[in-house]
This record gives sequence, C-alpha cells and structure tokens, in this order.
Amino acid sequence: MIIAIASGKGGTGKTTVAVNLALSLPGHVTILDCDVEAPNVHLFLPTETVREEVVGISTPEVDADLCNQCGECSRICQFHAIAVLGNGVIVFPELCHGCGGCTLVCPEEAISEVMRPIGVVEERRAGRRHLVQGRLNVGEALVPPLIRQVRLRCDTGGTILIDAPPGTSCSMIAAVRGADFVILVTEPTPFGLNDLELAVETVRTIGIPFGVVINRADSGDERVHHYCTAQGIDLLLEIPDDRRVAEAYARGSTIVKSVPEMRPLFASLAQRVQTMAVEHRPQPVTKRGPACLPVRRCP
Amino acid sequence: MKVVVSSTGESLDSQVDPRFGRAAMFVLVDTDSQTVKATENSAGTNSAQGAGIQAAETVSRLGAECLITGHCGPKAFRALEAAGTQVYVGAAGTIAQAIEQLKEGKLRRANGPDVGGHWA
Repeated sequence: MIIAIASGKGGTGKTTVAVNLALSLPGHVTILDCDVEAPNVHLFLPTETVREEVVGISTPEVDADLCNQCGECSRICQFHAIAVLGNGVIVFPELCHGCGGCTLVCPEEAISEVMRPIGVVEERRAGRRHLVQGRLNVGEALVPPLIRQVRLRCDTGGTILIDAPPGTSCSMIAAVRGADFVILVTEPTPFGLNDLELAVETVRTIGIPFGVVINRADSGDERVHHYCTAQGIDLLLEIPDDRRVAEAYARGSTIVKSVPEMRPLFASLAQRVQTMAVEHRPQPVTKRGPACLPVRRCP
Repeated sequence: MKVVVSSTGESLDSQVDPRFGRAAMFVLVDTDSQTVKATENSAGTNSAQGAGIQAAETVSRLGAECLITGHCGPKAFRALEAAGTQVYVGAAGTIAQAIEQLKEGKLRRANGPDVGGHWA
C-alpha cells in the first residue's frame, strides 16, 4: 500500500505526519522522502545509510564530424536545450530535461547521450523501517527526474509512505502519482485553506482518494473545517497546537516518542488510512499512473 | 551589412524592443540595399524557457552579421557568439534611429552578457 503525504502550503507538517505515522504502523514500513530540495525525514528517524547512488539525466553530446547542422534536434527540443548556430550545434545541459528526443530524430546518428548528475538517492535502514531519500544537487532545477528515481526504489512488501514536496506543481505530482491514498496536511489559517483547496483540486484531478489532517488545530479559525464539511472531505486527524510538539520537533524527536498521550491519535490515523485506502481500491482508477515505473515525460 | 534589430513592430518607425529573446519581432535591415524585412518572434514570446537561444537561432537563420537590442542575457549571448553574430546593446528609440546610432558608432558592442537571464 502506498500512502502519500502532501500539502499545498509548505511547513504544515508533512514530515511530522509521515514520521509519526511510520512509527505507528505495524510491519515493514518504507518512507520515501521525495522532498528532494530539502529532505529532512532522516533528522527525525535515526537510520544507518546502506547505499548511496548518484543519479542523473541523460543529456546529448554531439559528434561534430557526423553532424551536418540539419537542425532536427533543435526543432524537436521544446526546452531549447540544443541549438544549431554558425557551423555547429551547442548544448545547454542545464535546460535539458533528458527526454532523448534529439538522439532519436538525428538522421546522421551524431548524438549520443551522457549522464549529467543531478543528485543522489540514499537508502537508510533502522530495523523494520526503511528510508529512501533523494537529495538534489545545489543549483539544480530539475526535481521530478530525481523524485522518479526515489520512487523506483520502493520496497513492494509492507507500507510505503511518501513525504511529498510542498505545492501543487509537477514535483508534487511526480511524488503522489500512483499512490493508493493521499493525506493532505494543512493548518487552520487562510493560507492553509487557500493552498489546501489547490491541493484538493490537484489530487481530485489525478484521481486518488484522500483525506485531510489539520496540524496546529485551534491556532487559527474554523474555515478549513467548514470547507471540508462543505466538500464532503474526510477529516482524518487534528494535531493539537501544543508547545511540546514544537519542542520535540526542535530536538529532532517525534510526537509519538515525546508526547505519549498523542500516540493514540497516530495509531487511529494509521488504521483509518489503511482502511480507507483498501475501501477505495476496487474503484476504477483510470487516471492513475504507474506506481513505480520511470516515465519519460515533461518533468 | 545585414543588421537585425529586436522590435515591437514591423517597420523602421517601430520602437526597439529592449528584450531580445522575448522581443515581439525582429526587423532585418540590409544597409547596403536599403531593404527591410520583419520576422515574428512568436516562438520566443511563447517559450517556457530558452527564448534567447531560439531567438539567436532565428537571427542566425536571417543571415545577420550584427544584432541590435536593449539587453542580452548569458545563454542568448553564448548562442549569438557561437553563431558569430556581433551584439550591440543599449539601443532605444525607433529601428531607424538604432541603425543610425550603429552607423555613427554610438552603440556599445557587447563582449559578454549585460544582464542575467530573465531580467525583464
């Protein structure tokens, strides 16, 4: 079962929910930290690195002796990463999304592909819990290809939790596609509500069942509750606005360890999410993408 | 000499478009034969990224030796340099005025990008 934890707004508590849920679920659990621009699950889950792999995307390299400057490569590249100018072809690797189109269309077979590193995928372990995190290189802008590499490394046994990047752009979509259930984490503020609405629209379009977790409940207003009621959205959990939660977070600890009386909240969330994901499973999922396959498309 | 000017319109009376990659049009002026030809830059204005690169390709295809524009970013400059196009920046006013400024040596020849990418 794959459960993604996402949010429209950043800093609402995706990682908090993911980590505490991981500690509350029975059996083998794998967390995929897909927030590759700022992976932080490892701060709250002491684990040991077992494998680290550099990942990249393939970018074109042109053999000047074979190239006749026909321009087919440049015409197919919607990102203008390859251009025919003067007596040669120049490549702008930082614009290349690695689709391989130029290599395919080159009639002279003058283009070969070389891997350009964009980040690393790190696998860590602690007992029955397994963490896979992507870490994008500084200055790199192509997030989805790395997220797809993280997604490839999901263990098929046990439960998979995906800590998604914030927002509703292509990187969030790359992280949640193919999940059985999405937990949308929000806070009871006007910003939280606005971004929740965007996230709900996105997840509905992708066609994945979802529910909402309100973090720092009672710190704002009731508008998120009203919205969920009006939209018929399940409110899965409210995490109280408690100083001990913030203190635990600041120490790199978790709620289930530091605030024992909140343990049942996450245990019931774990149970509820598992039940809801199973209940929704038989539904037709026409818009669903493959769970763990790399897809060559616009990142 | 064939000169391309980034332009907001299609005639010599049109204003210079200070943007290169996302200029509305490119006006090709042949200073020897006194001919003027305008080319739309819809590919550039609609580009999600790399507008300057494809604009440089357009300029290169038009066979211009020289480009007059307002500003030129790093990728566009690299592309224009590869194409062997001379780049003059800081132009303003009409296309005709820009051509005159070039002839009178009043425009600055760029030996590198004068702005960062996406400056506008």
